Amino acid sequence: MDGVTNVKFAGLGGQGIITATDILAGVAFAAGLDVKKAEVHGMSQRGGAVTSDVRFGPCVLSPLTPEGASDILVVVAEDQVEINRRHLKPGGVLIAPSAVDAAKLQNRKSLNVALLGILSRHLPFPESLWIESLHAHLAPALHAANDQAFALGRAG
Amino acid sequence: MPRYLPRLAPGLSGRVFIMQERKLLSGNEAVALAALHVGLTRGAGYPGTPSTEILENAARLGVPCQWSPNEKVALEVALGVAFAGGRALMTTKHVGVNVAADPLFTATYTGVSGALVIVACDDPGLASSQNEQDSRRYAEAAGAPMLEPCDSQQAYDYARLAFQVSERWGLPVILRMTTRVCHSKTIVRSRAPEVPRAPSYVQDIPARVMIPGYARTAHRRLRAKLAEIAAWNEAEGPVTVHARGADLGIVADGICVCHALEAAPGATVMAVGMIYPLPVERIRAFASRFPRCAVVEEGDPVLSRALLAAGVRIEPRPEPYRFGELDVDRVRRLLAGETAEPPPPPPGKPPQLCPGCPHRTSFDILKRLGCIVAGDIGCYTLGVMPPFQTMDTCVCMGASIGVGLGLRHALPPEQARRVVSVIGDSTFIHSGLTGVADMVYNRPPTGHVVLILDNATTAMTGLQEHPGTGRLLDHRPAAKTLSIEETCRAMGVDRVTIVDPTRDAAGLEKALADSMASDDLTVIVARRPCILAVSREAKAAKAAKG
Repeated sequence: MDGVTNVKFAGLGGQGIITATDILAGVAFAAGLDVKKAEVHGMSQRGGAVTSDVRFGPCVLSPLTPEGASDILVVVAEDQVEINRRHLKPGGVLIAPSAVDAAKLQNRKSLNVALLGILSRHLPFPESLWIESLHAHLAPALHAANDQAFALGRAG
Repeated sequence: MPRYLPRLAPGLSGRVFIMQERKLLSGNEAVALAALHVGLTRGAGYPGTPSTEILENAARLGVPCQWSPNEKVALEVALGVAFAGGRALMTTKHVGVNVAADPLFTATYTGVSGALVIVACDDPGLASSQNEQDSRRYAEAAGAPMLEPCDSQQAYDYARLAFQVSERWGLPVILRMTTRVCHSKTIVRSRAPEVPRAPSYVQDIPARVMIPGYARTAHRRLRAKLAEIAAWNEAEGPVTVHARGADLGIVADGICVCHALEAAPGATVMAVGMIYPLPVERIRAFASRFPRCAVVEEGDPVLSRALLAAGVRIEPRPEPYRFGELDVDRVRRLLAGETAEPPPPPPGKPPQLCPGCPHRTSFDILKRLGCIVAGDIGCYTLGVMPPFQTMDTCVCMGASIGVGLGLRHALPPEQARRVVSVIGDSTFIHSGLTGVADMVYNRPPTGHVVLILDNATTAMTGLQEHPGTGRLLDHRPAAKTLSIEETCRAMGVDRVTIVDPTRDAAGLEKALADSMASDDLTVIVARRPCILAVSREAKAAKAAKG
C-alpha cells in the first residue's frame, strides 16, 4: 500500500511486546496518521511466542502485514530472531535485542522500550511524541527507568 | 520514509477523521464505548478470549457490568434486563454461545421490550480456543439478526446499530466479531451519546411465556419480523461498496473486507455488514456487474452457500481456506484459485505454565501417580504440554467431571481407580456443579476423585473475578463469596479436602493417592493463588499507598 510503514514486533509472552506496539501505535496516531495494530491474547501468551504488527500511513487496509513485507522487524528475544526473519522485506531493518547493552539498563525489563529507542531513529516522529506515548502507556512509577531505556536506544 | 498528511487521513470507509475526535481503540474497546453511548442498562458475560475486554472496558467507563457464572446465566440476566425495557449487552466467546444457546433459541421467540445485543467473538485460527466454530451459523439457526464489523469503527457503529435494530423489532441481535477485529486497534470516531428510556415493567404473558400455544404464534411472529428486517437490509442495511476495478467483484464480511481490499487493489469490494438476514438481491445485482465475482469469507462457507442456494452467480472459496485465519497473502492465493498452500511456518515457542505456577506441583503429582486425567479448560490445560504431558482429555468447560465419570463407569476397576477429573475454580463454578450432582447421583463403583485447581481467579483470560473470589467484575468486594468446599459437602460428596500444593506437596500427593485407592467420592481443592494475581494485587496495593 502506498506510503504505509509496517513494523513487526516479535518476542515471548511477558516481554512487553504488546506494550511496545501500543506505544508505537500511539506515536503514529498522535502524528495524525491512519494506524492499525494487530495482536493476539490468551493462550499465545504464558511465555509463548508473541508477535504484533503496527501499520501506519495515509490509509491502512488490513491490520496484518503480509509475509515478507515488514519494513522494520524488532525482536525482543534473541531466540526469536531467526524464526521471524522471514517477515522482513528485502533491505528491511532488523533490530535485535543484542543491539542494546543490557548492562546499561536501569531495569532489565525495559529492553522493549530501549528497542523502541533504536526504532525511533528509523521513523520520522519527533522525540516529544515518543515520550508522551511512553508515559501514556506506562505507570508513573516506571517512567524514569523507561525514559532512561528509551534514551539509551535512541542515542545508539 | 513516506510523507504523511499531518491532520487528516481517509479511513477504510472513506470517512475523514478529524484529529481531535479520533481514538485508537481495539474492537472490544469500541464496543465498550458504544455500550456507554447507548446508555446501556447492564452488561453480563463470562470471560473468554477474544471477548473478555468488552465488559472490562465498559465497566471502566462506568457502565454497570457483571461476570456471570457462565454464558447461559449471562444471557438470561441480559434477557431479563431487556424484558424490563432496558438495554442489555451479553458478551461471549464463540463456544460460550453453545452454553447460551438454550435461552438464545427461545429469546428470539419471546422478543424483548428494550434491546438485547449479544456479542459473539469467534476465534478462527484457534489463538486460544478448543475449536473453530463459526457463530454465523447461529444467526440463521436461532433466527437472530447478525451484524459483522470489519474494524473498530464498524464495531462501534454496528454495536450502536444493533441496539437500534433490536429495539425497533424487539428482537435479540448478534454482533459477531473475530479475534482480529476484537484485538486489532484501529481509529474510531464516536458520535453523540443517547439517553434511553428508563426501564419499566409491561406485562405481556403470551409474548413472554413460551408454552406451546403461545410459542406457535411467537414462531410466526419471529419469521414476520425477520422478513421485515430482510426488506430493511435490502433497502438501507449496512452495505459498503468500495468501487475500484470492473473486472473482479468481491463479496466479503468482517475482517475479510480489509484483507480483500489490500490483496486485490483492482477489485471492487462489497462489504456486507448484516449477514443475517442476508441482502441477497443487493448482492445479486452487485455480482451481475462483474465477469467474475468471488466470495471471501473465513470459517464455514456461510455466505457462499446462502448465495449459491439463492442462485447468485458467485465463486465460492476453495475448501482449504475454511481452515485457520485468512490474511492478505491467503486472500491473494484464494482469489488466484490456488488450492495448494505453502507449508506453515515453523511454530513459535509454545505457551507453558508460568515458572512458580502452583499448577506445576499438581501436574508433577498427577504424572507420578500415573493418573488418567480428564482435563478441562483453563491455564491448567497446559498440563498437556511437556514436561508434564499429563492430560488425557479436554473437550469443553466442565467436561472433566462428566468425562471422568464416564471413564470410571466403563473402565475395568484397576484402570478406573486411576481416573481423576481436573478442573479450575472458575470452570468448576461455570459448568462443574452439575457434574458433581451426577457424581453423587450416579456413583461409580470405584467412587471418583475431582481435583479442583483453585488459584482464586479466572487466570487464562487475564485474571477475572468469579463468584468464588469474593469480588465483582470491577474487583470491588461482593456481598457473599461462593464456597466451593461447602457447596461440594452440601451436594453430598463423601470427602472434601483442602491442600496448598506449594506449601504441602506431600499432603496433596497423599490425599490424591488415598482417594484413588478408596471407593469414596472425593473432592480435593488444591488452593493456592495464581502468582500473576498475587503480583497484580501487590502492584495495586503499592499504587493505592501512593
